[in-house]
Amino acid sequence: MSLLHVSALTARYGAAPALFDVSLDIGAGEVVALMGRNGMGKTTTVKAICGMLPWEGTIRFDDADLAGWPSHRIARAGIGLVPEGRRPFRDLTVRENLIAAARTGDWTLERVADLFPRLGERSGQRAGSLSGGEQQMLAIGRALMTNPRLLILDEATEGLAPLVRQEIWAAIARLKRDTGLAILVIDKSVRELAQVADRAVILERGKTAWQGGMADLTPDISERLVGV
Amino acid sequence: MIRENVLNAGILLAFAAVPLWALWADEPFTITLATRAAILALAAVGLNIALGIGGLVSLGHAAFFGLGGYAMGILAHHAQTYAPLEIGPLTIAGTKSMPVIWITALVASALVAWVIGKLSLRTTGVYFIMITLAFGQMLYYFAISWSAYGGEDGLSIYVRNGFPGLNTLVPIQFFGLTFAVLLAALVLFAALRSSPFGLALNAARQAPARVAAVGLDPARLKLVAFVISGAVTGLAGALYADLNRFVSPTMFSWQLSGELIVLIVIGGVGRLMGPVVGAALFVALEHWLGGLTEYWLIALGGILLGLVLFARGGVIGLLTGKAGPHV
Repeated sequence: MSLLHVSALTARYGAAPALFDVSLDIGAGEVVALMGRNGMGKTTTVKAICGMLPWEGTIRFDDADLAGWPSHRIARAGIGLVPEGRRPFRDLTVRENLIAAARTGDWTLERVADLFPRLGERSGQRAGSLSGGEQQMLAIGRALMTNPRLLILDEATEGLAPLVRQEIWAAIARLKRDTGLAILVIDKSVRELAQVADRAVILERGKTAWQGGMADLTPDISERLVGV
Repeated sequence: MIRENVLNAGILLAFAAVPLWALWADEPFTITLATRAAILALAAVGLNIALGIGGLVSLGHAAFFGLGGYAMGILAHHAQTYAPLEIGPLTIAGTKSMPVIWITALVASALVAWVIGKLSLRTTGVYFIMITLAFGQMLYYFAISWSAYGGEDGLSIYVRNGFPGLNTLVPIQFFGLTFAVLLAALVLFAALRSSPFGLALNAARQAPARVAAVGLDPARLKLVAFVISGAVTGLAGALYADLNRFVSPTMFSWQLSGELIVLIVIGGVGRLMGPVVGAALFVALEHWLGGLTEYWLIALGGILLGLVLFARGGVIGLLTGKAGPHV
């Protein structure tokens, strides 16, 4: 049984339809890459899963039907979102950002600092004054502090320097190795995704166009659907 | 530039020193002024929970101030007329005991704040300001037409209510009592602000959708803050009525709600001592400038304008060199 099950998902922004027929499954502890070109519905799918826009179809998490759930309830159920554009709470310090999100569980301030030593060093610094990479680490740390069972990373490495990207990918790999966390990751870098993801789901024009094991994702499919 | 903790301690010491000096110099009226400032500061500390941490600009906090005042007025009125308060089958004796009055004021304001908050927190921005204003005005007009308790003329209480172990009629003792309550409220504010609840509330002001994404309901955070905020302001209302030994519908007036916001803006929005500095300056200006000219509010307006334009962190922000409304 899958941890997250999405099928026949449709959603629209006002009158403009954005998703027509998205389906994907994530098993417990599995890392799934959600891929596709710009504007194909990746972020919209994530927003629907997190209850941030109205949708139709089926979304089940841990066998609970998420229809009509407000986003805070979905987060409480165990879906931790690292949103596109990072967006920490700018006026709070690093430490305060993490405390504000904390729920009891395995993840603590110390463990986040262990995963991202830079956050530990800057725990008293205002989040708004952090570099982009540090803000991204904070956004991931903040999501982890809610002790999710599914972590969603939306463009977690976008616009970051190569060295910082490596750090983020290393952290994702470490999460995969050391925890039983399921991860849904959206990213443009197929090469890096190939190293951490077990499976891939590719969206095209608001539909699931392909899904399968990462090993089965041939350059041909990748070029046709993702453009790389 | 001064460290904020040092500055805060200095402000509190100065606040306590003024009435002690007045006691030595035999100037009881100055003690009363300091008491008035402490009570207004308390009311503004209450508002600062909603406004400073939660970003909820309530233009209806006079509702809670007035409720606290009427809680005191009604209970003391029934005690001084020896006529119990009868609500349907319930018979409640009046009381002259401050602790009982305070609890009544806290509970009544918290309940009303819950109702007002539940309805008005569906809106944001200018609509929230207007709907809280409307609730305040509803209570104002209700108080005017409530002839059983003096209507427009208000209610006079002949003797100040008592507190165990104190003679509240002695100005310095009553000041000590209000100052202690103010300190307790400041401790509450500081504890709330740095608690996970306060941090999440602060975050909800900045990015409600992000707060929801970490599993917290922003609406609920704001409602809880609004209820605590209203309760503290209600307690201030009960003390204010006791200071004047008089309660009237003006305690519900929207001007008072506005004044509370002004006090906070002068001192520094979201700053621990912002309301204290604001209230002290307000009362001092009202007394000294008000003695010179009845147009003293023009001077206050000038100060407010200067602070808003050039020092967004208020007086505290100016002195600590930390601009901006960061808490």
